[in-house]
Amino acid sequence: MINIFEVNETINMIEQEQLDVRTITLGISLLDCCDADLDLLNQKIYAKITRLAKDLVQTGKEIELEYGIPIVNKRISVTPVALVAGPACFSIEDCVSVARTLDKAAADTGVNFIGGYSAIVSKGMTRTDELLIRSIPLALSLTERVCSSVNIGSTKTGINMDAVRLMGEIIRKTAEATKEQNSLGCAKLVVFCNAPDDNPFMAGAFHGVSEADAVIHVGVSGPGVVKHALETVRGRDFEVLCETVKKTAFKVTRVGQLVAQVASERLSIPFGIVDLSLAPTPSVGDSVAEILEEMGLESVGAPGTTAALALLNDQVKKGGVMASSFVGGLSGAFIPVSEDQGMIDAVIRGALTIEKLEAMTCVCSVGLDMIAIPGDTPASTISGIIADEAAIGMINQKTTAVRLIPVIGKDVGDNVEFGGLLGHAPVQRVNTFDCSEFINRGGRIPAPIHSFKN
Amino acid sequence: MNKTIITVVGKDAVGIIAKVCTYLANNHVNVEDISQTIVQGYFNMMMIVDTGRCTKPFSDMVTELENLGDEIGVKIRCQREDIFTKMHRI
Repeated sequence: MINIFEVNETINMIEQEQLDVRTITLGISLLDCCDADLDLLNQKIYAKITRLAKDLVQTGKEIELEYGIPIVNKRISVTPVALVAGPACFSIEDCVSVARTLDKAAADTGVNFIGGYSAIVSKGMTRTDELLIRSIPLALSLTERVCSSVNIGSTKTGINMDAVRLMGEIIRKTAEATKEQNSLGCAKLVVFCNAPDDNPFMAGAFHGVSEADAVIHVGVSGPGVVKHALETVRGRDFEVLCETVKKTAFKVTRVGQLVAQVASERLSIPFGIVDLSLAPTPSVGDSVAEILEEMGLESVGAPGTTAALALLNDQVKKGGVMASSFVGGLSGAFIPVSEDQGMIDAVIRGALTIEKLEAMTCVCSVGLDMIAIPGDTPASTISGIIADEAAIGMINQKTTAVRLIPVIGKDVGDNVEFGGLLGHAPVQRVNTFDCSEFINRGGRIPAPIHSFKN
Repeated sequence: MNKTIITVVGKDAVGIIAKVCTYLANNHVNVEDISQTIVQGYFNMMMIVDTGRCTKPFSDMVTELENLGDEIGVKIRCQREDIFTKMHRI
């Protein structure tokens, strides 16, 4: 029988250390909504989303109340729109009408984000893929809840450098189109390499074609819990450090697994995966950077940071994998800058640069995330950063991503406010040497060899 | 059987257990186990109860116990047992 100390430990994790379920994400396939008539396509999409997600928010709130665990976000991911828009969309405006439909469906079901205004172009682009990508700046400026992502490479296919070049331009255009809101549109746009089909976290969530008609994914979080656990083992060796992270990750993930099962049962929608990511928020005590500093770094960014993050990421996976029957998504430690007060502080004190962040992305769960850069950064430089990040993902068989925000009108040292969970960020310096000749070559980088690993 | 964990934390006072138990009895909730301790000078109690015969929706019980806690000056939480067993038992 459960005892009072275990009960108190759980309650403390929730109330003092900010343990929460970060998101319940309902993945919905739109493949059966295809239609050559644009109005009918939009009607079918709206009808399917609102039918399947009508009880999502209410069910989330009930679980929250009954189990006493906060469920911060309820969200929806859909099939990459480029896969269903083909027969009906022949202009940017046609594509944007679908984005507006997604936005309305999200608002009417009460979710705060809907992901899947996406295209998978890791080897080549169809006419619709390219049209959808070109519509992203307008779509993100005219909608509130729609999130967009583009997968431009994978270990199996190599990197589509035409798409990389295009995405540099699209990120700039999105920044321009939303400059009144500190280029906020770019916070809802992710460029992936090796994007997973079952990621529940925004802005990169979409419902991959390998998924069932509808599934429930759950993303757990809890950097505060890990940090608190590490406070009790200060000065101990790496074995103790790793065991502590692993045990804590196990406990955190078990909560996610429970919530996923209950939500799946109540909504009569199959359970997909638990994503056991440590996802920070801007509030104090909910930071991945603080975990790394608790391990013994003066500041995140100091030598040793990559090793500390590598062990954290690996132990989180090891603990989490045993706690859940199906683990998926991104699973590991996120290192966004604007969403993590510890990262923000490290940038301000000059300890953390984009180059160090890039090294950290080799061992974290995703990539360069929520980084504000000067508004006059050229598109080719953004493409260069995307190409670097995609290369890390392609060669190391991991998911990598870029979510950069060139904040129009701002320069290095300025602070930019995005609001809410998106936080705020100091504009960071970007290497100003030119890479346009490299980016403008066009074509593809071939898939890497899978042997001779050195 | 629907096991639920009720926890009460706050400044010690006369009649806390009595008031909580009266509420539970009135709602056909059976108390199966009680343990209590003092943590940093604060009264800390945990009850394992069976809500199988309670006719109220679970959410009403959560809110009413919370309100009862406000009246007594303590914090009362009511959570389904699963969240604790899943976390601490393999």
